[in-house]
Amino acid sequence: MNPEAKKTLRRLVIAVPLMFAFGFALVPLYNVFCEVTGINGKVFQSDDAKELVIEDGRPLGLQFISTNNENMPWIFKPSEEVMTISTGEYYTATYYVKNTTNKTMTAQAVPSVAPSNAAAHLKKLECFCFEQQELAPGEDALLPVRLLVSDELPKNIKNIILSYTIFDVTEYDDETVAQVDSEGHHGMEH
Amino acid sequence: MSAVIENHHDDHHHGPAKGLTRWLYTTNHKDIGTLYLWFSFAMFLIGGAMALVIRAELFQPGMQIVEPEFYNQMITLHGLIMIFGGVMPAFVGLANWLVPMMIGAPDMALPRMNNLSFWILPFAFFILLSSLFMEGGAPNFGWTFYAPLSTTYAPPSVTFFIFSVHIMGASSIMGAINVVVTIMNMRAPGVTLMKMPLFVWSWLITAYLLIAVMPVLAGAVTMMLMDIHFGTSFFNAAGGGDPVLFQHIFWFFGHPEVYIMILPAFGIVSHIIETFSRKQLFGYSSMVWAMLSIAILSFVVWAHHMFTVGLPLAAELFFMWATMLIAVPTGVKVFNWVATMFKGSLTFETPMLFAIAFVVLFTIGGLSGLMLAIVPADFQYHDTYFVVAHFHYVLVPGAIFSIMAAVYYWIPKWSGNMYDERLGKLHFWLSFIGVNVTFFPQHFIGLAGMPRRYPDYALQFADWNMVSSVGAFLFGVSQILFLFIVLKTVMGGKKATDQVWEGARGLEWTVASPAPYHTFTTPPKVD
Repeated sequence: MNPEAKKTLRRLVIAVPLMFAFGFALVPLYNVFCEVTGINGKVFQSDDAKELVIEDGRPLGLQFISTNNENMPWIFKPSEEVMTISTGEYYTATYYVKNTTNKTMTAQAVPSVAPSNAAAHLKKLECFCFEQQELAPGEDALLPVRLLVSDELPKNIKNIILSYTIFDVTEYDDETVAQVDSEGHHGMEH
Repeated sequence: MSAVIENHHDDHHHGPAKGLTRWLYTTNHKDIGTLYLWFSFAMFLIGGAMALVIRAELFQPGMQIVEPEFYNQMITLHGLIMIFGGVMPAFVGLANWLVPMMIGAPDMALPRMNNLSFWILPFAFFILLSSLFMEGGAPNFGWTFYAPLSTTYAPPSVTFFIFSVHIMGASSIMGAINVVVTIMNMRAPGVTLMKMPLFVWSWLITAYLLIAVMPVLAGAVTMMLMDIHFGTSFFNAAGGGDPVLFQHIFWFFGHPEVYIMILPAFGIVSHIIETFSRKQLFGYSSMVWAMLSIAILSFVVWAHHMFTVGLPLAAELFFMWATMLIAVPTGVKVFNWVATMFKGSLTFETPMLFAIAFVVLFTIGGLSGLMLAIVPADFQYHDTYFVVAHFHYVLVPGAIFSIMAAVYYWIPKWSGNMYDERLGKLHFWLSFIGVNVTFFPQHFIGLAGMPRRYPDYALQFADWNMVSSVGAFLFGVSQILFLFIVLKTVMGGKKATDQVWEGARGLEWTVASPAPYHTFTTPPKVD
């Protein structure tokens, strides 16, 4: 084979692992993209609360939804299904959760916000979704989420739905989920 | 006995080895092309049999023949086998046979890798098909294998599926690298890039697409493997992953993949229409630029497969417009084909019939694609039989008709014999009628709201489903005729001339028919 052909071959052979790596790079790229643009209903923990100044708080409907992922037997529901809130002020909402089984289980709640362009303006100072919940058989708890909706919320949005899906993660390695947590906290830095 | 072996050893440089080892050890591009083509034909028949199981079940409403679980395995394997086992290896086979002869090269650049890239394919499909006999059955999550269906809820055989996709990917990547190195470095003196036959151009672009996206597919299935066995959470929401991410990665591969299955067809059809119009192709350079733009655009339209996952408005608009933009270069190509035929002295031999049918029916598939690109309309069409009708129109009378056209067009060169024109025409008309009777009604039932991937349907869809099933069996059975015609041609028939077709141009028509085992060992002179 002539040297020119070897050069072409070398370039193409290098391109293959690069594109394989690019496939994996899509995962963090996707997360960063969702975080920056606030799409996909993902909410990250925020600590920039001090920057948020109340100017003209306006009333807003906040609806809470709960879903049990398949095979998750716990009772999981919002204490209040609807709240009327004002933008720029802190509120605390709670979810009631009870382990109805006879074994100790660990759960992870995954949040989502609709409409998705509201997600960037919903600031959570504290949320049970930032960590896992372990409950003994029959144990119950009230899980708090402390949040604020920024004044910059687009004016056409009159209602926000905050939904949580609770997953059974008892079988999962704690470390796996801890990574997610650190990703969530990553949002603090921006 | 030993004398015979010695004898053939002496002949080594003049002809192929004898017996089975010829095919196992061959590094000859023509042998490997033949292997690819026969392999893809076998897969086409297996995948087709699965399609007939699907259509038999859908002949009437209610569950008649198979269990829903088995139905799901059939739709999954039908898609995978037709795409990765039928269409793609057929195009690689054609590239093997034709690219070296068209550019005046003695063989492919990497003959041993060529052998390897073919011979791992049968293993990939053996593994995939063997999953039918495993506990829990074959993969049942559709050819798009969306997570978490293909991870959390998948049968245990999914691991075998992942491994077989890895092998298919490796095979395609090696094949593509071989094609690029051959085209970039082994053209005869005088064959400049803008003088290359369009089939060679189409394969050069296709090969780059393959090298770009097959590793991404390998990445996607590797992530699935890790989610299933190693406790990661790429696509598992409970662990912080995202199933929508799977769809983004999959379609980043998947959309260029659909052009991988159509660009070589564009090349083939250009040659055939040119030949049987007895005119030079209209707009050669615009054909090249159209294929390049289609290939580049294919990387920025993937999310049109996922308009209903909840994309933000800006993304929906971007992907809608980018998708519609593809209609422009595609329109240029259709225009050029028609302009080539305009005022030509046309004859309608079998390859030309398939090529004209390609232009007409592929355009129908393209137009329904344009309808699907419109976001608000797509919310209605998404996951209905309209989508099934759309992609079967671009793949069956698109990709597969072009492959059949290519076989009829070049088989006199490959075998030295003319095929039976009367039987070829019969095969064409049966296939043409079969394809339209099968897939045209699926537009109607799709628009009326019948969802895809279900083994049963509501009563109002019964009539058109019955028509569609009748068409499918007509189309399926006519392919046995195709097999017969090909076998008959290979075994004998009227001897072909070297040029074969009156209007044929290009280097492959300057060598003898059948093409000698080694061609262009000294490069031809091209002005």
